[in-house]
Amino acid sequence: MKILVCISQVPDTTTKIAFSDNNTVFNTQGVTFIINPYDEWYSLVRALELKEAGVATAVNLVTVGKADVEPVIRKALALGGDEAIRIDADSNDPYVIASEIAAYAKSENYDLVLCGKETIDYNNGAVGPMLAELLDMNFIGFATKVDVAGGVATVTREIEGGEEVDSSALPLVISCQKGVAEARIPNMRGIMAARTKPLKVVASANVAPLSTIVSYDLPPAKTGVKMFTAEDMDALVSALHTDAKVI
Amino acid sequence: MSVIVLAEHAQGSFKKKAFEAIQYASGIAQTLGTSVTAVVLGTASEAALQQLGAYGAQKVLHVSDARLDNLNSRAYTKALIAAAEKEGAKVIIATHDVTGRAVAPRVAARLKAGLIAGAVSHPDTSKGFVIKKNVFAGKGIAYLNITSDVKVVTLMPNTFPVKKGEGTAAVEALSVSFDDKDFGVTVKEVNKVTGAVPLAEAELVVSGGRGMKGPENWGVLEDLAGSLGAALACSRPVADSHWRPHHEHVGQTGGTIRPNLYIAVGISGAIQHLAGVNSSKTIVVINKDPEAPFFKAADYGIIGDALEVVPKLTAAVKKFKESQN
Ligand SMILES: Cc1cc2nc3c(=O)[nH]c(=O)nc-3n(C[C@H](O)[C@H](O)[C@H](O)COP(=O)(O)OP(=O)(O)OC[C@H]3O[C@@H](n4cnc5c(N)ncnc54)[C@H](O)[C@@H]3O)c2cc1C
Repeated sequence: MKILVCISQVPDTTTKIAFSDNNTVFNTQGVTFIINPYDEWYSLVRALELKEAGVATAVNLVTVGKADVEPVIRKALALGGDEAIRIDADSNDPYVIASEIAAYAKSENYDLVLCGKETIDYNNGAVGPMLAELLDMNFIGFATKVDVAGGVATVTREIEGGEEVDSSALPLVISCQKGVAEARIPNMRGIMAARTKPLKVVASANVAPLSTIVSYDLPPAKTGVKMFTAEDMDALVSALHTDAKVI
Repeated sequence: MSVIVLAEHAQGSFKKKAFEAIQYASGIAQTLGTSVTAVVLGTASEAALQQLGAYGAQKVLHVSDARLDNLNSRAYTKALIAAAEKEGAKVIIATHDVTGRAVAPRVAARLKAGLIAGAVSHPDTSKGFVIKKNVFAGKGIAYLNITSDVKVVTLMPNTFPVKKGEGTAAVEALSVSFDDKDFGVTVKEVNKVTGAVPLAEAELVVSGGRGMKGPENWGVLEDLAGSLGAALACSRPVADSHWRPHHEHVGQTGGTIRPNLYIAVGISGAIQHLAGVNSSKTIVVINKDPEAPFFKAADYGIIGDALEVVPKLTAAVKKFKESQN
C-alpha cells in the first residue's frame, strides 16, 4: 500500500501577521515557516505508523511550492517518509493546489492520500475533498482515528455533536485532525537520513486559479477590556445582556 | 439561474445554521435578481420542507433517498450538482461545517468553480464577487474574489442573525441516479454526545483551564454552564491531564469554535488556545493574574480566584434569568 501525505508550509503559529504593498501581500519578512501542524502531527505521523506496522510499503510526501519550501519539506523527510515531491508552482487557491497534486498523483496509484484538516494560513480545508474529486476517490474528513487492514480503512470522524465510525475500501482521501496520532520530534538519524533522501521536483501543470486574494486586513483591535470586580457580577450580566446582547 | 443552498438537517429537523445559509443565499439572490432553491438530501417531511420558505427559499428540491441520511461526500456532490444543473445555478452555498466542508470543495472541483471557504460577509458584487473571510487562524482577514462563472461559498456558522419571515416554499422531488460507488463510505457506528449542548454548535461556551486546579473543581463551571444553557470546553493541558474529555479541548490542536459568548476561566490565553476561540463574538475572562495574556483578547474581565468568582457569576445569571420570566 502506497501512501501520499500532503505537506503545506505555513507561518509558525506564534508569528505576528503583517501585510505590505497596500495590504495586498502577506509580509513574510522575519516569518518562521513550519510544516502545517495538522499535516505534521497527524497525517504524516499516522502514515509513518502504518508503514512501521507493515501496513504501508511506501510513504511519499508532496508539497506545492517554490524552492523556498524545501527546508520545510526536508524537515518532514527527517520525521520519516521515503521520498518527497515538490511541485514547482505557487498559489493560495485551493483548486490550483489540489489540481497540481492530482496531476502528479494520477499516474502514481496511491492507495491512501492523507491531508491535515486545514492549513493554519488560509484555513480552507478544501484541498483534501477537491483532491478526492479530481482523483475520483472516496473522502472522509475530520478524522480522529485511522486504521487500515485488508485494503479497507476504518476511520472515526467528527460529526455534528459526536463521532461516527466509517469504513471505506481504498483508494481513499482522509483529512486528519487531533486524535489520529501523537506528534513526534525528528531524531538525529532522521535528520541525517533526510539529507540524502530524494526530493523530486515536478513541473507545474499550470492550472489557472479560480479565486484571488484582492487584499488583506488585520482584525479590528479589541477596544479594551472592561473590568468588573467579583462583587459586581450583576453589572457584568447586565452588560452581557444589554451591550453585548449575547444572553 | 438561481442560487442554490445545501440545507442541512437531521431527519427533517433543521437547525439555525441551515436557516442562516438560506437567508445568506437569499441576500445574494436579491443582489443578482434571482431566486433561492434549497436542496435537502435524505428523509424529511413535506411540512418541514415548506417551512424553509419562511427564511427565503422560494423552492425546495428534495432528494428523498434515505441513504443520504448520512453524509457521503460523493453522493452529496452528485445530488448538489444535479440540483445546480436543473436550476442553472451560478452560486452554490453550504455551511462551513463538517458536512459543507466535505462537499462544497468536491462540488467546486467538479464544476471548476472558485471556492471561498468560511465566508463572513455578503459578496461585494461591485468589484466582482468579493467576500471576506478569516485567515491565519483569526489573526488576519482576507478579501477574496471568485473569478469563475459558477461560485461556491461555505458560510461560517453563527455569522448573521436569522429572521423568520412569512411564506412557504414550493417543494419538488428531485431524483438522482446514484450508483454503488457513490455510497462507497459506509457508516459502522454513530456516537452522539448525549445530554449537553454539542460544543461545535453552542452559542454560549464556558471553558476551564489549568487554573481550575483539578477535575474536582469542574462542578462550579458545570453550574455556570447549566444556568446559561452553555456547552463546556477546556484548554489543552486540561484534556491532556484527563481532567476533561478530549472532544472539549479547543484551540489550534483542538476544536475551533465561534460562539456568541466564550467565558474563559483559569486559562492563560496562549496563542495556540486563542487560535480556536478568537472569533467568539464576546469573550469574558476570569483569571487571578492581572497580567494573563487573555485579558488582551477579552471584552470583559474579572481578576480573581475562579472558585470565588464563578459561583457569584452563576448566582447573578440565575437572578437575571428569573427576572426575565
Ligand atoms: C504546538 C502547540 C499546540 C498547542 N495547541 C493548544 C490548543 O489547541 N489549545 C490549548 O488550549 N493550548 C494549546 N497549546 C498549549 C498552549 O500553548 C498553552 O500551554 C495552554 O493553552 C495553557 O493552558 P492553560 O491556560 O489552561 O494553563 P496555564 O498556562 O497553566 O495557565 C493557567 C492560567 O490560570 C490562571 N489561574 C491559576 N489559578 C487560578 C485561579 N485559582 N483562579 C483563576 N485563575 C487561575 C493562571 O493565572 C494562568 O493564567 C499548544 C501548544 C503548542 C506548543
